[in-house]
Amino acid sequence: MKGILGKKVGMTQIFDERGDVIPVTVIEAGPCFVVQKRTKERDGYRGIQLGFEEVKPKRLNKGQLGHLRKNNMPPLRYLREIRISEKDEYEEGQKITVGIFTVGERVDVVGVSKGRGFAGTVKRHGFNRQPKTHGQSDRERAPGSIGSTTTPGRVYKGKRMAGHMGNARVTAQNLQVVMVDPERNLLAVKGAVPGARGGLVIIKEARKQG
Amino acid sequence: MTDLLKSMERVEPNPAIPPLRPGDTVRVHVRIIEGDRERVQPFQGTVMRIRGGGINTTFTVRRIASHGIGVERTFLLHSPRLEKIEVLRHAHARRAQLYYLRGRRGKAARLREKRVQSQE
Repeated sequence: MKGILGKKVGMTQIFDERGDVIPVTVIEAGPCFVVQKRTKERDGYRGIQLGFEEVKPKRLNKGQLGHLRKNNMPPLRYLREIRISEKDEYEEGQKITVGIFTVGERVDVVGVSKGRGFAGTVKRHGFNRQPKTHGQSDRERAPGSIGSTTTPGRVYKGKRMAGHMGNARVTAQNLQVVMVDPERNLLAVKGAVPGARGGLVIIKEARKQG
Repeated sequence: MTDLLKSMERVEPNPAIPPLRPGDTVRVHVRIIEGDRERVQPFQGTVMRIRGGGINTTFTVRRIASHGIGVERTFLLHSPRLEKIEVLRHAHARRAQLYYLRGRRGKAARLREKRVQSQE
Protein backbone atom coordinates (compact mmCIF):
# COMPACT_ATOMS: atom_id res chain seq x y z
CA MET A 1 0.00 0.00 0.00
CA LYS A 2 1.33 3.39 -0.94
CA GLY A 3 -0.20 6.74 -0.17
CA ILE A 4 0.42 10.44 -0.02
CA LEU A 5 -1.26 13.52 1.43
CA GLY A 6 -2.28 16.43 -0.74
CA LYS A 7 -4.39 19.48 -1.19
CA LYS A 8 -7.21 19.75 -3.68
CA VAL A 9 -6.38 22.53 -6.12
CA GLY A 10 -9.48 22.42 -8.28
CA MET A 11 -10.98 20.94 -11.38
CA THR A 12 -10.18 21.56 -15.01
CA GLN A 13 -10.07 19.55 -18.19
CA ILE A 14 -7.37 18.14 -20.40
CA PHE A 15 -7.25 16.52 -23.83
CA ASP A 16 -6.13 12.93 -24.17
CA GLU A 17 -4.20 11.60 -27.15
CA ARG A 18 -7.43 10.92 -29.08
CA GLY A 19 -8.52 14.52 -28.59
CA ASP A 20 -11.27 13.61 -26.12
CA VAL A 21 -11.76 15.94 -23.18
CA ILE A 22 -11.28 14.41 -19.73
CA PRO A 23 -12.53 16.18 -16.59
CA VAL A 24 -9.76 16.12 -14.00
CA THR A 25 -9.17 17.17 -10.42
CA VAL A 26 -5.76 18.64 -9.80
CA ILE A 27 -4.16 17.81 -6.44
CA GLU A 28 -1.01 19.33 -5.02
CA ALA A 29 0.41 16.22 -3.39
CA GLY A 30 3.46 15.94 -1.21
CA PRO A 31 6.24 16.09 -0.52
CA CYS A 32 5.30 14.04 2.55
CA PHE A 33 7.46 12.57 5.28
CA VAL A 34 7.14 9.29 7.10
CA VAL A 35 6.91 10.72 10.61
CA GLN A 36 6.42 7.51 12.51
CA LYS A 37 5.99 3.80 11.92
CA ARG A 38 3.30 1.65 13.46
CA THR A 39 4.48 -1.90 14.01
CA LYS A 40 2.76 -5.21 14.72
CA GLU A 41 4.77 -5.62 17.91
CA ARG A 42 4.11 -2.23 19.45
CA ASP A 43 0.80 -1.11 17.96
CA GLY A 44 -0.81 -4.34 16.74
CA TYR A 45 -0.91 -3.28 13.12
CA ARG A 46 1.40 -2.04 10.41
CA GLY A 47 1.13 1.53 9.23
CA ILE A 48 2.92 4.79 8.70
CA GLN A 49 2.17 8.27 9.89
CA LEU A 50 2.55 10.76 7.08
CA GLY A 51 3.19 14.46 7.56
CA PHE A 52 2.42 17.10 4.99
CA GLU A 53 2.85 20.81 4.39
CA GLU A 54 5.67 22.68 6.00
CA VAL A 55 4.65 25.57 8.25
CA LYS A 56 6.30 28.10 10.53
CA PRO A 57 7.34 26.54 13.84
CA LYS A 58 5.07 28.90 15.77
CA ARG A 59 2.02 27.32 14.16
CA LEU A 60 2.58 24.14 16.15
CA ASN A 61 2.63 23.52 19.86
CA LYS A 62 5.62 22.13 21.70
CA GLY A 63 4.29 18.59 21.76
CA GLN A 64 3.87 18.54 18.03
CA LEU A 65 7.30 20.05 17.47
CA GLY A 66 8.91 17.54 19.78
CA HIS A 67 7.20 14.66 17.98
CA LEU A 68 8.53 15.92 14.62
CA ARG A 69 11.98 16.75 15.91
CA LYS A 70 12.65 13.11 16.76
CA ASN A 71 13.58 12.38 13.16
CA ASN A 72 14.74 15.92 12.33
CA MET A 73 11.59 16.68 10.43
CA PRO A 74 10.41 20.20 9.54
CA PRO A 75 7.26 21.51 11.24
CA LEU A 76 4.31 19.95 9.41
CA ARG A 77 0.68 21.01 9.44
CA TYR A 78 -1.01 17.69 8.83
CA LEU A 79 -0.36 14.24 10.25
CA ARG A 80 -2.38 11.31 8.92
CA GLU A 81 -1.92 7.55 9.11
CA ILE A 82 -2.20 4.96 6.41
CA ARG A 83 -2.10 1.20 6.77
CA ILE A 84 0.64 -0.71 4.99
CA SER A 85 0.92 -4.40 4.13
CA GLU A 86 3.44 -6.93 5.41
CA LYS A 87 5.86 -6.51 2.56
CA ASP A 88 5.94 -2.71 2.47
CA GLU A 89 9.07 -1.21 3.92
CA TYR A 90 9.30 2.42 4.97
CA GLU A 91 11.91 4.26 6.98
CA GLU A 92 11.12 6.96 9.48
CA GLY A 93 12.15 10.30 7.98
CA GLN A 94 11.70 9.03 4.44
CA LYS A 95 10.40 11.55 1.91
CA ILE A 96 7.47 10.61 -0.31
CA THR A 97 6.67 12.49 -3.50
CA VAL A 98 4.05 12.18 -6.22
CA GLY A 99 6.56 10.14 -8.17
CA ILE A 100 5.23 7.02 -6.43
CA PHE A 101 2.22 7.14 -8.74
CA THR A 102 2.26 6.54 -12.47
CA VAL A 103 -0.17 7.65 -15.15
CA GLY A 104 -2.94 5.12 -15.73
CA GLU A 105 -2.83 3.75 -12.19
CA ARG A 106 -6.01 3.53 -10.08
CA VAL A 107 -6.23 5.35 -6.76
CA ASP A 108 -8.72 6.01 -3.97
CA VAL A 109 -8.99 9.59 -2.79
CA VAL A 110 -10.20 10.35 0.73
CA GLY A 111 -11.46 13.78 1.65
CA VAL A 112 -13.89 15.60 3.90
CA SER A 113 -17.03 16.50 1.97
CA LYS A 114 -18.37 20.03 1.93
CA GLY A 115 -20.69 20.66 4.87
CA ARG A 116 -24.31 21.34 3.94
CA GLY A 117 -25.58 21.94 7.45
CA PHE A 118 -29.06 20.73 8.41
CA ALA A 119 -30.46 19.62 5.07
CA GLY A 120 -33.95 18.49 4.15
CA THR A 121 -34.86 15.19 2.53
CA VAL A 122 -34.91 16.61 -0.99
CA LYS A 123 -31.28 17.70 -0.86
CA ARG A 124 -30.03 15.01 1.49
CA HIS A 125 -31.66 11.89 0.06
CA GLY A 126 -32.92 13.00 -3.34
CA PHE A 127 -36.61 12.72 -2.41
CA ASN A 128 -39.04 14.05 -4.99
CA ARG A 129 -40.80 17.29 -4.43
CA GLN A 130 -44.55 17.46 -4.03
CA PRO A 131 -46.94 19.48 -6.19
CA LYS A 132 -46.81 23.25 -5.95
CA THR A 133 -50.47 23.53 -6.99
CA HIS A 134 -53.73 21.53 -6.86
CA GLY A 135 -54.66 22.86 -3.46
CA GLN A 136 -51.34 22.05 -1.81
CA SER A 137 -49.77 24.42 0.62
CA ASP A 138 -46.46 24.25 2.49
CA ARG A 139 -45.82 20.68 1.27
CA GLU A 140 -43.47 21.24 -1.60
CA ARG A 141 -40.34 19.85 0.02
CA ALA A 142 -42.01 17.79 2.77
CA PRO A 143 -40.88 14.14 3.06
CA GLY A 144 -44.40 12.65 2.79
CA SER A 145 -45.46 9.70 4.90
CA ILE A 146 -42.81 8.30 7.20
CA GLY A 147 -44.57 5.03 8.02
CA SER A 148 -47.81 3.25 8.80
CA THR A 149 -50.26 3.75 11.70
CA THR A 150 -50.87 1.83 14.94
CA THR A 151 -49.02 -1.18 13.56
CA PRO A 152 -46.09 -0.81 14.21
CA GLY A 153 -46.86 2.48 15.99
CA ARG A 154 -43.37 3.82 15.57
CA VAL A 155 -41.01 5.01 12.87
CA TYR A 156 -38.55 2.41 11.65
CA LYS A 157 -34.90 2.87 12.47
CA GLY A 158 -32.87 4.13 9.58
CA LYS A 159 -35.83 5.98 8.04
CA ARG A 160 -34.31 8.65 5.81
CA MET A 161 -35.13 12.06 7.21
CA ALA A 162 -33.75 15.58 7.33
CA GLY A 163 -30.53 16.10 9.26
CA HIS A 164 -26.90 17.01 9.06
CA MET A 165 -25.34 16.52 5.66
CA GLY A 166 -21.76 16.65 4.48
CA ASN A 167 -18.60 17.47 6.45
CA ALA A 168 -17.95 13.74 6.64
CA ARG A 169 -15.07 11.56 5.48
CA VAL A 170 -15.78 10.35 1.94
CA THR A 171 -13.71 8.09 -0.29
CA ALA A 172 -13.83 8.33 -4.06
CA GLN A 173 -12.76 4.91 -5.24
CA ASN A 174 -10.88 3.74 -8.29
CA LEU A 175 -10.03 7.06 -9.88
CA GLN A 176 -7.62 6.98 -12.77
CA VAL A 177 -4.38 8.93 -12.51
CA VAL A 178 -4.19 11.12 -15.60
CA MET A 179 -1.13 13.22 -14.95
CA VAL A 180 1.86 13.22 -12.61
CA ASP A 181 4.20 16.18 -12.40
CA PRO A 182 6.96 15.50 -9.82
CA GLU A 183 8.55 18.90 -10.49
CA ARG A 184 5.55 20.86 -9.30
CA ASN A 185 4.23 18.11 -6.99
CA LEU A 186 1.01 17.93 -8.98
CA LEU A 187 -1.26 15.01 -9.61
CA ALA A 188 -4.43 14.89 -11.71
CA VAL A 189 -7.10 12.24 -11.38
CA LYS A 190 -10.08 11.68 -13.62
CA GLY A 191 -13.34 12.88 -12.14
CA ALA A 192 -14.31 14.65 -8.95
CA VAL A 193 -12.77 14.35 -5.50
CA PRO A 194 -14.58 14.97 -2.18
CA GLY A 195 -14.10 18.26 -0.40
CA ALA A 196 -13.59 21.93 -1.06
CA ARG A 197 -10.67 23.47 -2.89
CA GLY A 198 -7.71 23.67 -0.57
CA GLY A 199 -9.02 20.74 1.48
CA LEU A 200 -6.75 17.95 2.68
CA VAL A 201 -7.00 14.72 0.71
CA ILE A 202 -5.33 11.35 1.15
CA ILE A 203 -4.44 9.55 -2.07
CA LYS A 204 -3.99 5.81 -1.76
CA GLU A 205 -3.55 2.86 -4.04
CA ALA A 206 -7.02 1.65 -5.04
CA ARG A 207 -8.36 -1.17 -2.86
CA LYS A 208 -10.65 -2.57 -5.51
CA GLN A 209 -8.56 -2.64 -8.66
CA GLY A 210 -10.18 -3.10 -12.07
CA MET B 1 -3.93 27.70 -5.20
CA THR B 2 -5.84 29.30 -8.03
CA ASP B 3 -2.55 30.18 -9.70
CA LEU B 4 -1.59 26.55 -9.76
CA LEU B 5 -4.81 25.73 -11.56
CA LYS B 6 -4.28 28.61 -13.93
CA SER B 7 -0.86 27.29 -14.80
CA MET B 8 -2.44 23.93 -15.60
CA GLU B 9 -4.86 25.64 -17.92
CA ARG B 10 -2.33 27.79 -19.67
CA VAL B 11 -2.49 27.02 -23.35
CA GLU B 12 0.26 27.18 -25.88
CA PRO B 13 -0.66 29.55 -28.70
CA ASN B 14 -1.41 27.25 -31.59
CA PRO B 15 -0.19 28.53 -34.97
CA ALA B 16 -3.11 26.75 -36.66
CA ILE B 17 -5.60 28.83 -34.69
CA PRO B 18 -5.77 32.52 -35.63
CA PRO B 19 -7.49 34.99 -33.30
CA LEU B 20 -11.24 34.82 -33.89
CA ARG B 21 -13.92 37.48 -33.51
CA PRO B 22 -17.68 37.15 -33.59
CA GLY B 23 -18.89 37.74 -37.13
CA ASP B 24 -15.84 36.28 -38.83
CA THR B 25 -16.47 33.88 -41.66
CA VAL B 26 -14.28 30.87 -41.05
CA ARG B 27 -13.55 27.47 -42.44
CA VAL B 28 -12.82 24.99 -39.65
CA HIS B 29 -10.96 21.84 -40.59
CA VAL B 30 -11.97 19.10 -38.16
CA ARG B 31 -10.23 15.78 -37.81
CA ILE B 32 -12.80 13.01 -37.80
CA ILE B 33 -11.86 9.57 -36.52
CA GLU B 34 -13.86 6.73 -38.03
CA GLY B 35 -12.74 3.44 -36.56
CA ASP B 36 -9.03 3.53 -37.23
CA ARG B 37 -9.19 5.85 -40.21
CA GLU B 38 -8.84 9.57 -39.93
CA ARG B 39 -10.02 12.29 -42.30
CA VAL B 40 -10.42 16.04 -42.27
CA GLN B 41 -13.80 17.63 -42.76
CA PRO B 42 -14.23 21.35 -43.33
CA PHE B 43 -17.08 23.32 -41.82
CA GLN B 44 -17.62 26.85 -43.10
CA GLY B 45 -19.81 29.50 -41.54
CA THR B 46 -20.03 32.58 -39.35
CA VAL B 47 -18.58 32.71 -35.83
CA MET B 48 -21.64 33.37 -33.70
CA ARG B 49 -20.06 33.46 -30.29
CA ILE B 50 -16.88 32.74 -28.35
CA ARG B 51 -17.26 31.74 -24.74
CA GLY B 52 -15.31 30.33 -21.81
CA GLY B 53 -11.69 30.94 -21.02
CA GLY B 54 -8.40 29.13 -20.91
CA ILE B 55 -8.50 25.60 -22.20
CA ASN B 56 -12.29 25.53 -22.02
CA THR B 57 -12.81 28.19 -24.68
CA THR B 58 -15.43 27.22 -27.25
CA PHE B 59 -16.76 28.95 -30.32
CA THR B 60 -19.93 28.35 -32.28
CA VAL B 61 -20.07 28.48 -36.05
CA ARG B 62 -23.39 28.87 -37.87
CA ARG B 63 -23.95 28.01 -41.48
CA ILE B 64 -26.95 27.54 -43.70
CA ALA B 65 -26.91 24.00 -45.04
CA SER B 66 -28.93 22.72 -47.96
CA HIS B 67 -32.68 23.48 -48.03
CA GLY B 68 -32.06 26.54 -45.88
CA ILE B 69 -31.53 24.57 -42.69
CA GLY B 70 -29.41 26.42 -40.17
CA VAL B 71 -26.62 24.31 -38.67
CA GLU B 72 -24.63 25.40 -35.64
CA ARG B 73 -21.55 23.58 -34.45
CA THR B 74 -19.62 24.33 -31.31
CA PHE B 75 -15.92 23.57 -31.20
CA LEU B 76 -13.36 23.59 -28.43
CA LEU B 77 -10.87 26.21 -29.52
CA HIS B 78 -7.85 24.31 -28.23
CA SER B 79 -8.94 20.85 -29.27
CA PRO B 80 -6.23 18.84 -31.00
CA ARG B 81 -8.98 17.66 -33.34
CA LEU B 82 -8.98 21.02 -35.08
CA GLU B 83 -6.55 20.68 -37.97
CA LYS B 84 -6.68 24.40 -38.76
CA ILE B 85 -8.99 27.39 -38.92
CA GLU B 86 -9.03 29.72 -41.91
CA VAL B 87 -10.47 33.18 -41.46
CA LEU B 88 -12.01 34.09 -44.80
CA ARG B 89 -13.60 37.40 -43.91
CA HIS B 90 -14.02 39.76 -40.96
CA ALA B 91 -17.30 41.49 -40.33
CA HIS B 92 -18.50 44.46 -38.39
CA ALA B 93 -20.31 42.98 -35.37
CA ARG B 94 -21.70 45.21 -32.64
CA ARG B 95 -22.33 42.47 -30.11
CA ALA B 96 -20.41 39.54 -28.70
CA GLN B 97 -23.14 36.96 -29.32
CA LEU B 98 -24.80 37.13 -32.71
CA TYR B 99 -27.91 35.20 -31.73
CA TYR B 100 -30.02 37.52 -33.86
CA LEU B 101 -28.70 35.70 -36.91
CA ARG B 102 -30.93 32.77 -35.99
CA GLY B 103 -34.05 34.74 -36.72
CA ARG B 104 -32.80 35.93 -40.07
CA ARG B 105 -32.34 34.29 -43.44
CA GLY B 106 -30.96 35.21 -46.81
CA LYS B 107 -30.01 38.82 -47.35
CA ALA B 108 -31.07 39.89 -43.85
CA ALA B 109 -28.46 37.57 -42.31
CA ARG B 110 -25.56 39.39 -43.97
CA LEU B 111 -22.95 41.18 -41.93
CA ARG B 112 -21.07 44.29 -43.01
CA GLU B 113 -17.52 43.39 -43.95
CA LYS B 114 -14.65 44.89 -42.06
CA ARG B 115 -11.41 45.16 -43.98
CA VAL B 116 -8.40 44.76 -41.72
CA GLN B 117 -4.75 45.00 -42.49
CA SER B 118 -3.12 41.63 -42.06
CA GLN B 119 -1.00 41.47 -38.91
CA GLU B 120 2.29 40.79 -40.70
